[in-house]
Amino acid sequence: MTTKARAGKAQGSTTRIGLSGNYAVAYAVKMADVDVIAAYPITPQTTIVEKLSEMVANCELNAEYINVESEHSAMSACIGASLTGARVFTATSSQGLSYMSEVLFIASALRTPVVMANVNRALSAPLNIWNDHSDAMAERDSGWIQIWATSAQEAFDTTIMAFKIAEEMRLPVMVNMDGYIVSHTYEPVLLPDSGTVKAYIPSAPMENRVSTKLAYSTGVVGPPEYYYEMKYQSIDAMERSRDRIREIYVGYNKMFGRIYEDLTAYHLEDAEYALLTMGSTLGTARIAAERLRAKGKKAGVISLRTFRPFPSDRLLEAVEGLKAIGIMDRAATPGGPSNPLFADVSAALYGAKKGPVLQNFVAGLGGRDITVDDFLHMFKVTEEAAGEGKSRPTIYVGLRE
Amino acid sequence: MKHLKGWKDIPEGGSVTEPGCSVEFDVSSWRTFRPEVDRSRCTKCGMCWLYCPDSAIEAKEDGSYDVNLAYCKGCGICEKACALKLIKMVKE
Repeated sequence: MTTKARAGKAQGSTTRIGLSGNYAVAYAVKMADVDVIAAYPITPQTTIVEKLSEMVANCELNAEYINVESEHSAMSACIGASLTGARVFTATSSQGLSYMSEVLFIASALRTPVVMANVNRALSAPLNIWNDHSDAMAERDSGWIQIWATSAQEAFDTTIMAFKIAEEMRLPVMVNMDGYIVSHTYEPVLLPDSGTVKAYIPSAPMENRVSTKLAYSTGVVGPPEYYYEMKYQSIDAMERSRDRIREIYVGYNKMFGRIYEDLTAYHLEDAEYALLTMGSTLGTARIAAERLRAKGKKAGVISLRTFRPFPSDRLLEAVEGLKAIGIMDRAATPGGPSNPLFADVSAALYGAKKGPVLQNFVAGLGGRDITVDDFLHMFKVTEEAAGEGKSRPTIYVGLRE
Repeated sequence: MKHLKGWKDIPEGGSVTEPGCSVEFDVSSWRTFRPEVDRSRCTKCGMCWLYCPDSAIEAKEDGSYDVNLAYCKGCGICEKACALKLIKMVKE
């Protein structure tokens, strides 16, 4: 087992204010002193870019704010701006992310360190503006680093770290946060002073790759003789980012007094079974685990923060000794052998010597509440799976027949 | 086939940082048919040179034309363009 992450003493001064997750992201982007923002409004992300446009209009943030006519153009503008060496930000949700889809793959392959907040929302149809993870899951192979924030504080901190990760690895980073539950809920957020943030991510422009002083072509044709090698560069960068992201978490924890790791383990030390989630449901899962603990049950919770690159080695360490894990997906893979998160977890744990039984759940599609009772039910099924040594087919939690 | 660069040697993001480097790119393996020219009756009109979309037909100092097979993808446009039908596409 790796050593536990430790929070250092926060440097500089800290202000504690009430912020929604969206405003927390906007404040982080302002403190990161971005050069270019190109975005198209979409619920529930809108208040991020609305706040940023206000900051730019008030001259609180010296950035170019590009109003575009679509998310496809937003991401294209971000890539172009990033190639000039600018620090770039955009935000989107759901249909907007899907509309960007083809450009997302270009951002990663061209190695442009764009940072994007993706406020997770269900994909149509039916039209639904509420939270699930189907938007991000559909883009999981786009070559973007994907990190999940479970609170407004985490949304702030992750956005700051995202700029460092992106610019060091020269890969785009998607900061995911649950629509409404994180994006619109006001929470107390500890804001570091902008001087400390500046020291952490100095606003030094990267080299201008499209300078007229250079002979440079980008976005070129990669014929079969070259595509494979060109594509592999971004695959390699993603693999190398695994260790670097961990170092960045450690550095941030030390400088800003927080505790971030690839995954949050709760009561795992002596747990016999656990639920694995991503995003804001961690809180509810913990309450359910706490109730079971009060009854003497050995329940634990795992929450994945880094989804891409997938922290397989950390997960393998964390699940040691568990008899069963319930994996809760907030997206579906119709017709697949399982749903997306379950597929990744089971692939990561396939090499485990004495792997736990894995039980798949789908819950909370289209913003359906996942209650403490739902979690207690999932824990119960997982406990049964641990006892029987086998799992059941995917259970659609809370679905009416 | 000339030596192709590995992923470590290609500039980041598959970018092109050397102007005119397509000169180094050998496309011989794309070809199924190769043009063969009957030079005895060639009038040096230059239609093949004009039409070749890959600049694989090169003008020589004496006014005649040669096919640079490193750049020829075997499309056969020169065969159609030759007014005297002196170019024949033959299977590689």
